Amino acid sequence: MIEVLQTGPLNTVQDLGRFGFRNAGVTSSGAMDRLALSVGNLLVGNDEGEAALEVQTFPFRLRFGRDMTVAITGADCGARLDGRPLPPWWAIAVSAGQVLELDTPRRSARAYLSFAGGIDVAPVMGSRSTSLRGGFGGLDGRFLAANDRLDIGGAGTFALPPHGFGAKPPEAALSEHFPASDDGTLLVRAIPAGEHALFGAEEERFWTQTWKISSQSDRTGYRLSGEPIRLASPVELRSHGVVPGVVQMPPSGEPIVQMSDANTAGGYPKIAGVIEVDLWRLGQARIGSRIRFVQSSVAEARSAERAVEAYLEDIHHTVPMLAQALAAMARR
Amino acid sequence: MTYAQSKALSTPASISTASAEQPKISVIGTSAYLIEAPGAFDLLAQRRIWALAHAVEPWPEIREVVPGVTNLLVILKQTPEEPAQFEARLRHEWDGARSIDLTGKTVEIPVTYGGEHATDLASVCDYTGLTDREVVRLHWQGNYTVVALGSAPGFGYLHGLDPRIHMPRKTVPSLRMLKGTVTIGGMQTGVSVLTGPNGWNSIGLAELPMFDPMKDPPALLAPGDKVRFVPERIEL
Repeated sequence: MIEVLQTGPLNTVQDLGRFGFRNAGVTSSGAMDRLALSVGNLLVGNDEGEAALEVQTFPFRLRFGRDMTVAITGADCGARLDGRPLPPWWAIAVSAGQVLELDTPRRSARAYLSFAGGIDVAPVMGSRSTSLRGGFGGLDGRFLAANDRLDIGGAGTFALPPHGFGAKPPEAALSEHFPASDDGTLLVRAIPAGEHALFGAEEERFWTQTWKISSQSDRTGYRLSGEPIRLASPVELRSHGVVPGVVQMPPSGEPIVQMSDANTAGGYPKIAGVIEVDLWRLGQARIGSRIRFVQSSVAEARSAERAVEAYLEDIHHTVPMLAQALAAMARR
Repeated sequence: MTYAQSKALSTPASISTASAEQPKISVIGTSAYLIEAPGAFDLLAQRRIWALAHAVEPWPEIREVVPGVTNLLVILKQTPEEPAQFEARLRHEWDGARSIDLTGKTVEIPVTYGGEHATDLASVCDYTGLTDREVVRLHWQGNYTVVALGSAPGFGYLHGLDPRIHMPRKTVPSLRMLKGTVTIGGMQTGVSVLTGPNGWNSIGLAELPMFDPMKDPPALLAPGDKVRFVPERIEL
């Protein structure tokens, strides 16, 4: 069991998402940074898709109700265990009564806390992710509040070195597969979508200008502000399914990128779709920060996907090897 | 409680042959393909979309198929190595796709037309040149078919709105439209299932619960269902 001592709003239980119900209007939900969630789970010996805590409002403090193993991934929040600093992207064994604290990260937006055994909330429609819009899944379909208690599945522990161990953060490990700009603008790769051609000459400005992530952005979508891009004459599309990453152009001319809690259907013209392998980076982009879209291709996306798969596979293999080596040392 | 992954559609009641027009196929990102039927928003096009959904859903590389309004979103488990080949397979399947009619149930939805929640009824009258009584009558006299679910849990897109009361979506959405609001959006109508921002035009309120996450299936409506609006009260 873990006990939430202090939390801001909007911190939720998330796994990799709820699939198979978009045809009933049910959004997939799931972690905004799925890569951080996967790594956190692998570090504590879980399957990639176990439920974890997504923390996006700080400070956040929790107390461990028993001995367990925990990993902290995603945004670097200066994590402290009973006041002692922990490195980012780190897994460690903790004891009953210890307190973990996370502070507002200086960059990136969301941290993930994964526990050996996973958070044991009841799956709804095949997933433990919280659907805030639908009010189900996770912890009673709502965000965490102080004094909430959450059960951890299984034994809750996984053998680790005494001071724990970590993974190389994907930004460092995969830097050559994710383009970076000189000025700190996040480069987000995207592929032209259905109504791209309708924007004519306006379309170039979509790719060349730097967009700011507005304060009206959340897990459902990011609203971008910048010089508007408009269609010569507005079109009304028949409602169609959409997925996270779709870049829609409402009449205001300022793009909306649908994120993890994306609507399942839309009717706005689609100018582009963010490649799936870049969504975790967008999920870590903060309100007020700047992004630029870079035209990409399926081939480039596949190449980045392979690198991510290899990175996860490496962690997946290394973690049990470390655990085995540890067990062998303990037997000596 | 455990759930089987929901099948997009119920069992076909009848199957007939198709025409030869080409659909538009486009992508959203790397692993979602949108197939849009050519021609009008009619049940013929919709039935062919349903047929395509039926044909594609069992393919092993498919994660989800999401029928929309005369269109189908096909979501893959992984980015395809050969996107052109995959698109060609979709086109081939469309060419062979026949028309299926679904065995739907009939759902009656009691509605209070007008009143404090029908905030856009006056603008529908202005736009259509009809009186509020006529707008309401044309709406409840319609025979509707659920063509797709989406946008919010259990929300059904309905076909069958009288062209005289087609009304474009609003440029500025209502920020907090009540769950259960009966709305018109373009040539479509529906009942909102969540309280929140909504760009469709409000003409009444219904209190029938449309979605329960603990039920199997969770949504009251399914593609192919027939819907009738029953005017419980008219406050004009």
